[in-house]
Amino acid sequence: MLTKRIIPCLDIKDGRTVKGVNFEQLRDAGDPIELAALYAQQGADELVFLDITATIEKRKTLSELVNKIAHRINIPFTVGGGIKTEADVSMLLQNGADKISINTAAFIDPSIIHRFAKNFGSQCVVLAIDTKLEADGNWYVYLNGGRQKTDSLTTEWAKKAVDLGVGEILLTSMNHDGTKQGFALDITATLSSQLSVPIIASGGGGSAAHFYDVFTQGKADAALAASIFHYKEVAIPDLKKYLQQKGISIRI
Amino acid sequence: MKIVIIQYNAGNIQSVLYALERLGMAAVVTDDAAEIEAADKVIFPGVGEASTAMQYLKDRKLDVLIKNLKQPVLGICLGMQLMCLHSTENETPCMGIFSTQVKQFKPLDTTIKVPQIGWNTISNLKSDLFQGVPENSYAYFVHGYYAALGEHTMATTNYVEAYSSALQKDNFYGVQFHPEKSALVGEQIIKNFLSL
Repeated sequence: MLTKRIIPCLDIKDGRTVKGVNFEQLRDAGDPIELAALYAQQGADELVFLDITATIEKRKTLSELVNKIAHRINIPFTVGGGIKTEADVSMLLQNGADKISINTAAFIDPSIIHRFAKNFGSQCVVLAIDTKLEADGNWYVYLNGGRQKTDSLTTEWAKKAVDLGVGEILLTSMNHDGTKQGFALDITATLSSQLSVPIIASGGGGSAAHFYDVFTQGKADAALAASIFHYKEVAIPDLKKYLQQKGISIRI
Repeated sequence: MKIVIIQYNAGNIQSVLYALERLGMAAVVTDDAAEIEAADKVIFPGVGEASTAMQYLKDRKLDVLIKNLKQPVLGICLGMQLMCLHSTENETPCMGIFSTQVKQFKPLDTTIKVPQIGWNTISNLKSDLFQGVPENSYAYFVHGYYAALGEHTMATTNYVEAYSSALQKDNFYGVQFHPEKSALVGEQIIKNFLSL
């Protein structure tokens, strides 16, 4: 049976892990390769690397880093952040990334979804959506790392993107992100029920029970988290054992 | 040992190269006929669309070359599908090494997602490829089309229905999952292929 996936996310800036991490067993806790290898060994099902490097010159650092990660780890990984052109995608895939994730650039020019899917295959095109529940009761799409609101409903944008060829959706609830109070179950379940592609839930995971909730009530195919893994608030082996005992299909 | 990875217009070739490097093995990535024929082991990887990949191989006569290889050949994902009889992906006639049809997953509702992305179990393991690999081990899959069950099935996986997650006929081996991304299980399968 296909398992639910647990995905640690690493924010990268200038080739280093941004959020502080707290692992004694790492020689260099800011080195994303060391952290990635540790998560892979602990049983992470995939990894996501989000590059928040500001300048284009520093982008070369990213492809070198991706190449080093691909040499080291034996599980799939996605790279996102500032990807706009076929050349960006090609460079990352050639250096060993399995998938790329796009967000603002795809919203501004949705035709890149179709072009990326056609040239590289839908399976490697992940659409990241930052979404926020507004007072009117609707979930809206936000751009530029959540700084810019749009008038687009998340359900409509996600459906359009699937029609254009995205292979997966990484959905981050801005209302839940950083709260550690649980994932956004309703919008995750809505998208998962309406769409034919896998949904990765992100934002709000603070305990093992939250992951159980997002896989059952939230109907998510995968769940992503960052700091709770970095700070060892939830250990991946314990989380997976808990989920398996609760009857969730999980790879141990 | 000389290992060749066949180069063509499909993704994830680097990942296979790096997986071999992690096992301390070097490989040559090439579409040169003489180099492929001279190899001890040939790996035929691939992620992509069937008709485009098949046309590329035909233009370079690589389809005939692969079919006539005598050394162990391992097709991965799309590589394995192209070694089958026919794919319904843009109605593509394939190489016909395995007597198996490749069809699209057609789930009845959105509770089952297409493509299948993630870790699933491999069962009924029969080939030398699975020496030391426990029944129901997890492997990483990314695919929207699958090879049906048949006489060359060497492992089965369930998604929408039971299908072939590995095939073998004589010196030809194929796996639907990605051993290069399947953690320790995948490494064992690659090691097994290299020691055939």
